[in-house]
Amino acid sequence: MLKRLAAAAAVAAIASSPASADIKIGFVTTLTTPAAVIGRDMRDAVELALEHIDGRMGSETVEVIYGDDEFNAQKGKQATERLILRDDVDLVTGYIWSNVLLASAPVVLGAGKILISANAGPAPLAGRRCHENFFNISWQNDQTPMALGELLNRDGVGSLYIVAPNYVAGQNMVAGVERVFAGEVVGKDMTVWPSQRDWSAELSKIKAAGPEGVFIFYPGPAGPAFVKQYQQAGLIETIPLFSVYTFDSISLPLFQEARIDAVLGSRMTQFWAPDMENEQNQRFVAAFRNKYGRYPSLYAAQSYDSMFFIKSAVEAVGGNIQDVDGMRAALRKAEFPSVRGQFRIGSNHFPIQNFYERRVVEDANGNWTTSVGPVVLEDHQDPYASQCEMGG
Amino acid sequence: MDYILLVEQLLNGFQLGIILFLMAAGLTLVFGIMDLVNLAHGSLFMIGAFVGGTLTLVTDSLVLGAVLMVPAMFAIGVLVETIALRTLYRRSHLDQVLATFGLILFFNEATRLIWGPAGLAVPLPEFLEGTVALGAGITYPLYRVVIIVIGLLVALGLYLLVAQTRFGMLVRAGASNRVMAGALGVNIPVLFSLVFGIGAVLAGLAGLIITPITQAAIGMGEDVLILAFVVIVIGGIGSVRGAFVAALLTGIIDTMGRSFLDVVLLLFLPANAAESAGPALSSMLIYILMAGILFFRPQGLFPPRGATAAS
Amino acid sequence: MRSQLTPAHAVATLLIVLCATIPYLAPALDEPFYVIVFARIMIWAIAAISLNLIMGFGGMISFGHAVYLGIGGYAVGILGFHDVTSAWIQLPIAIGLCALVALVFGVICLRTRGIYFIMITLALAQMVFFLSVSAERYGSDDGLNILWRSEFGSGLIDLEDGVVMYYTIFAVLLGCLLLQWRMVVSRFGMVLRASQSNDTRVQAIGIPTYRYRLAAFVIAGVMCGLAGFLQANLERFVSPDMMNWHRSGELILMTVLGGTATLFGPLVGAVVFLLLSETLSTITIHWHLVFGPFLILVVLFARGGVMGLLGSRTTRD
Repeated sequence: MLKRLAAAAAVAAIASSPASADIKIGFVTTLTTPAAVIGRDMRDAVELALEHIDGRMGSETVEVIYGDDEFNAQKGKQATERLILRDDVDLVTGYIWSNVLLASAPVVLGAGKILISANAGPAPLAGRRCHENFFNISWQNDQTPMALGELLNRDGVGSLYIVAPNYVAGQNMVAGVERVFAGEVVGKDMTVWPSQRDWSAELSKIKAAGPEGVFIFYPGPAGPAFVKQYQQAGLIETIPLFSVYTFDSISLPLFQEARIDAVLGSRMTQFWAPDMENEQNQRFVAAFRNKYGRYPSLYAAQSYDSMFFIKSAVEAVGGNIQDVDGMRAALRKAEFPSVRGQFRIGSNHFPIQNFYERRVVEDANGNWTTSVGPVVLEDHQDPYASQCEMGG
Repeated sequence: MDYILLVEQLLNGFQLGIILFLMAAGLTLVFGIMDLVNLAHGSLFMIGAFVGGTLTLVTDSLVLGAVLMVPAMFAIGVLVETIALRTLYRRSHLDQVLATFGLILFFNEATRLIWGPAGLAVPLPEFLEGTVALGAGITYPLYRVVIIVIGLLVALGLYLLVAQTRFGMLVRAGASNRVMAGALGVNIPVLFSLVFGIGAVLAGLAGLIITPITQAAIGMGEDVLILAFVVIVIGGIGSVRGAFVAALLTGIIDTMGRSFLDVVLLLFLPANAAESAGPALSSMLIYILMAGILFFRPQGLFPPRGATAAS
Repeated sequence: MRSQLTPAHAVATLLIVLCATIPYLAPALDEPFYVIVFARIMIWAIAAISLNLIMGFGGMISFGHAVYLGIGGYAVGILGFHDVTSAWIQLPIAIGLCALVALVFGVICLRTRGIYFIMITLALAQMVFFLSVSAERYGSDDGLNILWRSEFGSGLIDLEDGVVMYYTIFAVLLGCLLLQWRMVVSRFGMVLRASQSNDTRVQAIGIPTYRYRLAAFVIAGVMCGLAGFLQANLERFVSPDMMNWHRSGELILMTVLGGTATLFGPLVGAVVFLLLSETLSTITIHWHLVFGPFLILVVLFARGGVMGLLGSRTTRD
């Protein structure tokens, strides 16, 4: 026991020995559990960004320390504490899941440091509980489904059946669609998350209800499973499937492997796509595919962006990342080349940006990917910004 | 109520019950005969999915993959039993829980190292795609019909094995009174290995059979495991017949809850309350069922003949 | 429970001393992070002690014990959400609620034995778990942030002060260890242990064991609820995950790992379990590959857990 304690202490000492880099950035994501497929994409993108900036922001050397949230809010909070208290990072970013972010935010903000979400955009942090040191570089949860609701209206879809997981992001996505969708919602099932992988009961109900469209939100590996069953139930040819965060470069290779051709042409909304034509994006996508042999997902794109976002602020304060006021002012300007093209940071520190139609296509080499279409919502700001009174 | 929807949901519940039965059959035998709480039974479900899935992809045939998976899972089962579990039989249930939990962690991580975090997608062969008309306006996915048929065949085979063969007699003797069976000259170690191997094959089959629907994922066995425990407790530990009845009951009640509970609740509650209470209550249903059954029949529905409390 | 000194006693003493000095030791060694790690460990130890009371000494293996962690935690979270932050309201409600729930659950569960007991405790806990998941007003799956820790309204116990928070947990831990010891050596504990080995015989000599077992079940529930109260305050966060069946399983693991039916087993188990996962997980994300076989080895070669390895005799021997 004594030996074990001593060994543990020794290991801890090694793990926390001061790093040599000038700037230390903590990056919290999911590195274990099946959801690690998303975390892997994010980490790969960060590593690529570090390569592209030559490991430097201004004249300062940069090190990124990763924390694993184990797909669990408590564990994510503990990983954040470890980064702040033990690794003494200067700034924290990452966060896939809204619940992990909500639990972890007080730790970072309480320590007086800047927190940048590279994915999660829960409503409280955009509205009532917004914070001067919190930024989001992706989107607010409601925005993408609101764009989808608009897309449905333009298509003239009259009746919709909704299936989504019963956790807060799922509820937000559903609320977002319902906020904008003008037709009738003929049925709605909130399923057990993340364990439910068989939707036989829900599919039978969809068939009985006979809607003009079906909306789903299943991020990560659950999406392919749902669509497979949607096809097996014979629905995919008869009722068009609309989705958010379900078809991306993480799930599409699985669809292709399973030969679910009906996915091709499926439509969604998104603020980004791998084939968007701007210099930063083309460089990112080409380098990512070259290095990792697959298309980057939007999680990767946001993570890549987060590094350039931070870099722009660090350079603006002359490398003194401790200057939180200066950093904040620089981050508000968002003067960096984003893979999504032009966008602004709104008063609640969430992006104001375009949302596009996106479609599943086959590329020149026969790989399945997504392709950007026309703008659905232009310069869109989330609906919670007005509730935000900045100042602490 | 729409009778087509009702029949379809019954079939869905039946199909879920079949999967649960394949899991529970092995679990209840291992528990009843060896008195071993094997949490790692869920890992066998997962391993079956990954190993069988890989064999399917290599041979490009789900049928061939399934056939090859049987000896593979049997070997894995016997191996796990001999190396890790044999020494645990005389230990307390608590020791068994701790050790087999350790096995779960090990298997999950090993699977991740071998197959990566993304899991495994197994395509459905063309001839199993699509739906089939069952008459009276009911169409149902063909593959789910196949699952039900396979499950019923396995159940029949298992019934014949347990009820009609010498091996089955030994199994029943072991479930009723292990010590006595051993004293009467039954070769206990070999019997245990065989039973565990069969349990592993059944769990693996359940895992593989569901994979074209749900895909193989790390940790996929853990939620099924809890349901399978619920099933064997409702059915009575050591009873294959009990496991069969309880599995179908659990599958159907769970599916019916997910399908119709919100409609039923709407009769009593305002719309928004019903909407939020529905998913919660339907997840609780099977636990309410189990608590209710145990309250009135603390030994489950079909305790094996002559068995005293299983612990 | 003998007075002779064994390595187990030495380790237990060392751990208590370590817990007592960490807030000063850790910063001195430039490892301030370990203060919060040990605070967390002590809370788990309290919960494990409460489980040990019924599982180790009473043979009642509860697979739903974490439900009281959740109830104790949500008492803080929900009351705080409605701006009721006084500990003098939160604490009695947490305790009362846990006692009530444990009483009702106990009446249902104690009809069964063995694996049936394990499963019915799981079932009841799952119901409360799904209830909390569906509580949309209180954040459902995402849980609730706690803006203010419980207020005792005196200068003496100000939980917002990290050191005070730490020593409050430490004091509760000592109290629980003491209570466990007093209970086990009392007539109450003797009846409990005797009913574990032969319930019929104890009943035959005219002792109503059911009442004793039920009382132990309620006391354990309240003690675990106290751990939940402390956890919510320490983490400033509650979520349904606190009463997930995985947490109940981990509580069992810690207790068995340390050594069931020993006084210090739960504490030792919590320390080993959490410290090992903390350190292993910083070395490699594949740490389960090492941790899993470690658990098996403990079972195979260290009968009676770590305390057994160190020569502590369980009361069952």
